[in-house]
Amino acid sequence: MITSAIETLMAEWEMVVGLEVHVQLKTRTKAFCACSTEFGAPPNVNTCPVCLALPGALPVLNAKAVELATRAALALNCMVQPASVFARKNYFYPDSPKGYQISQFDKPLATGGYVEIGSRVDQSPIRVGVTRVHMEEDAGKSIHDRFPGVTAIDLNRSGTPLIEIVSEPDMRSAEQAGAYLRELKQIMEYIDVSDVSMEEGSLRVDANVSARRRGEMELGTRTEVKNMNSFSGVERALEVEFRRQVELLRGGGTVLQQTMLWDASAGEVRPSRTKEGSHDYRYFPEPDLPPLFLSLDWIAKMRHDLPELPAARRARFVRDYALVSYDIDVLTANPRIADYYESVARTHGDAKAAANWVMGEVLAQLKSNGEDIAAFRVRPADLAQLLDLVSGGVVTHTAAKQIFTRMVATGDPPGQIAEREGLIKVDDDAQLAAWLDEVIADMPAEAERYRNGEARLRGVMIGAAMKKSKGRADPKKLNQLLAARLGS
Amino acid sequence: MPISIDDVSHIATLARLGLSDERAAAVVGELNTILGHMDALSTVNTEGVQEAIGVGARGTPVRSDSGPPLPLARALAAFAPSLRDGFLLVPRLSSHESVDDA
Amino acid sequence: MSTPSPSAATLRDETVAGTRGPPAAVEAAIERSRAVGAGRAGLNIFAWTDDDDARSHAAAALEQMSDTDPGLLLGVPVALKDNIATLALPTSCGSRILAGYVSPYEATVVRKLREAGAIPFGKTNMDEFAMGSSTEYSAYGPTRNPLAHDRVPGGSSGGSAAAVAAGIVPIALGSETGGSVRQPAAFCGIVGVKPTYGRVSRFGLVAFASSLDQIGVFGATVDDAARGLRVIAGYDWLDSTSAELDVPEYHEAGAGAVKGMVIGRPTEYFPESLDPRISARCDAALERLRALGAEIRDVSLPHTEMAIPVYYIVAPAEASSNLARFDGVRYGLRIEGDGLRGMYEATRSQGFGAEVTRRILLGTYVLSAGYYDAYYRKAQQVRTLIAADFSRVFASGVDVLFTPTAPTTAFPIGAISDPYEMYLSDIFTVTANLAGVPAMSQPIGRVDGLPVGGQFIAAHFDEMKMFTAAYALERALGAEARA
Repeated sequence: MITSAIETLMAEWEMVVGLEVHVQLKTRTKAFCACSTEFGAPPNVNTCPVCLALPGALPVLNAKAVELATRAALALNCMVQPASVFARKNYFYPDSPKGYQISQFDKPLATGGYVEIGSRVDQSPIRVGVTRVHMEEDAGKSIHDRFPGVTAIDLNRSGTPLIEIVSEPDMRSAEQAGAYLRELKQIMEYIDVSDVSMEEGSLRVDANVSARRRGEMELGTRTEVKNMNSFSGVERALEVEFRRQVELLRGGGTVLQQTMLWDASAGEVRPSRTKEGSHDYRYFPEPDLPPLFLSLDWIAKMRHDLPELPAARRARFVRDYALVSYDIDVLTANPRIADYYESVARTHGDAKAAANWVMGEVLAQLKSNGEDIAAFRVRPADLAQLLDLVSGGVVTHTAAKQIFTRMVATGDPPGQIAEREGLIKVDDDAQLAAWLDEVIADMPAEAERYRNGEARLRGVMIGAAMKKSKGRADPKKLNQLLAARLGS
Repeated sequence: MPISIDDVSHIATLARLGLSDERAAAVVGELNTILGHMDALSTVNTEGVQEAIGVGARGTPVRSDSGPPLPLARALAAFAPSLRDGFLLVPRLSSHESVDDA
Repeated sequence: MSTPSPSAATLRDETVAGTRGPPAAVEAAIERSRAVGAGRAGLNIFAWTDDDDARSHAAAALEQMSDTDPGLLLGVPVALKDNIATLALPTSCGSRILAGYVSPYEATVVRKLREAGAIPFGKTNMDEFAMGSSTEYSAYGPTRNPLAHDRVPGGSSGGSAAAVAAGIVPIALGSETGGSVRQPAAFCGIVGVKPTYGRVSRFGLVAFASSLDQIGVFGATVDDAARGLRVIAGYDWLDSTSAELDVPEYHEAGAGAVKGMVIGRPTEYFPESLDPRISARCDAALERLRALGAEIRDVSLPHTEMAIPVYYIVAPAEASSNLARFDGVRYGLRIEGDGLRGMYEATRSQGFGAEVTRRILLGTYVLSAGYYDAYYRKAQQVRTLIAADFSRVFASGVDVLFTPTAPTTAFPIGAISDPYEMYLSDIFTVTANLAGVPAMSQPIGRVDGLPVGGQFIAAHFDEMKMFTAAYALERALGAEARA
């Protein structure tokens, strides 16, 4: 069977994608009761009459959940409604103890927002509309393979507050879907409302995708794609499902409105075995919770208190630091790293140098230690000082790297380390010449070949000299001296 | 609008009532009688009338994001029908792809 | 023949004075219960009893005797409807599906009773999940009316009404969704109060229809009921529909006067079809109030006849959702079946009775896709109009309304088999639930030896006015209320 490349298909057919994203809010307690949301407790320990749905129990709304949900909606440029209504979504499932989920239906918390994507891929941003953001509670966990023949239910997670973010069907490719998700995740991290980790389940994605011939105005029948566990999984699943729909349509068939499940290991989608049309959630306003009234003043204050969002930060980095977009993307990916970088750059003054060090040494250290910038021992002021030492010619770049390693280990300031370990730059000609002589003596063959014109051996010899100097030798001077000694 | 026996079977399934066919047949008549009385509502002009919703102008109260959680005088083990290693047990779903499998 | 319980006021005064202790009061209640045949084989008043538990509460009340400000119900045994969560006795809601289920937490009203020195005394029989008007729909058999053993005590709080009517306890708690305290109070010849929606916490009341449910109070007299309500009412943060308002001293309403009060007589509650003997008792009561200086005014609540259709859409709809949690997974009855769905269906088909099943079906239907607008939304809109009828009348200068409580006296057990006919028993009571306004029934006479109840209805949170009128009427009628 010949399958067309996605590019070929997309020349003639258009992919239309909408995404529904569930984000778990990082509150200490659940949405409607005071049970802890802390991860990793033994099963069913974080439960109470309310989240166990014992007869007679009633929900009481968590103020922090409202605050974080509002913050998220504002960060997505939505209109936050002064009055929104909770609703019951009725269905039977063992991890949904009440037999209904408290959610929001026709009067959600927020409507009419957008996320801008594509400013990284090329310079023309695309706006993906956000139809609505609403609040709801999470279900518990159903574990099907722990014991044979039964499903094990853990209700620790049941009642954790979520927001559901529904996009308009504005995305036109898997890349755009991926870009939307990455931007959304970054925004949520910047405003600190969620851990937004697909691996941990604090961010979940369902996709709606349809196909139509390019130029057609009407939307094709869409399917819902579920069970993706990573952003790249979403992108792949969308392409696979799009291809399936196009092949079907090309062959004169029709796309059935159904739920498709992504199988990551097989790289396939297959229809859910459940009969479509059996969803009747019988939504009605939650009688145990009066409507949620938010004052316009409070909403305005929440909007005012929003931290700088990723797009704004990136734009400001362009203005303030004149960095290239790749550097900006790396430095602003994580808001706390961006904070760290800015502190270093503003203290030291050379934005580019600061960028190189943070992107290079700092991120490498964090990665190899598996640690968070919050726990990083090198304070921004100290790193700035180190960069001052380099730019001031007090230590060489090579020595600086060594000093940095010591700073990570000890937390000591750079000047102290440089002095203590004798890493102050050496540019005394006599000393440098002495080291060069040693190198030439150590590697006479290479020295001869260099003298005879093999220029590339310069690096080897300079490197050896640097090593002898324990990184303290001024490389520029070394180069000059070597050239003078061996002619070039 | 009268309900049919198929309607009754459908809603009994939605409500997981396990209604037998005989019982469904018996209840169709009862429900239709009751619903017949509800038709009187359609004679009332409700244009522009808000649905009765919520209590008071204050809206829903909120609580602070802190414990302690409501205590249980008896642990789950005292009243749960089927528990193992702290997990609640239910018959395994034949397919667990969707809430409608349950 | 044992003497009926002393009043709550007497019990408390004697306890405070030291002339009677709570343990003695409990023993007396236990003895009366036995003497009247309250058990399964007799009147079937209680679904669950535990004499030792009652005694332990009495011992706890003893500790409070030396308090500087003793609780208002110190030493008073109070029976509780079987849908109110208690820690020692089961909370089975008259259903098989919760048979023997003992709640691991306590309802707020039970805590408040204990803090006021009251002695929780048994769990009383009820229509299953409060759905019914006769207590015949209980999985534990019908309760018999103590005044006429072949007749129903009313429902759904029939057991609690009977406990007071049989003289076992002076106060009992019931619950109201469509009249389930007032109608049994009328059938049993006692006082029954439904507070304003939000006045009493629903935390620990097993939900039937959340926007209508309220815990109500039965009293042998107006004063008993007033004391009961004073203790259980008040803001509870655990119930998001609870009103943040101070609770007046209802038991002091007797000091007020009806002179100058405007009492409305809504024409829709005195239809042509009403038994003339019942309307005669009501009009006689109104005459007594007029003689005391009240102004009786004819008023209209035009949407009254829509109340039953609205109620029987809204209440079952909410019930169908509230009862979804009874699925055999976390508590209660579990019957295995073919897989998970089989388990759900076997548990619920064997656990729920016919009336509950009927209402869940009805409720599911009116919420289902395609029918929501025509039924549920429409009913909720008409409900607004019903509530507006009351608001308009009270705003026009009427202090309270007075109506019959029920269209009939207690009917024989087994007499009504048609569900809709049973629903019509609530015709004068459901309006107050739909509007959320407070209402109370008290005995105003007998017809063929059976009690007749008259109902006061007041504006939201205006229970004080309602009690003032009730105290006055009780005083004025005297022994005639039971004649």
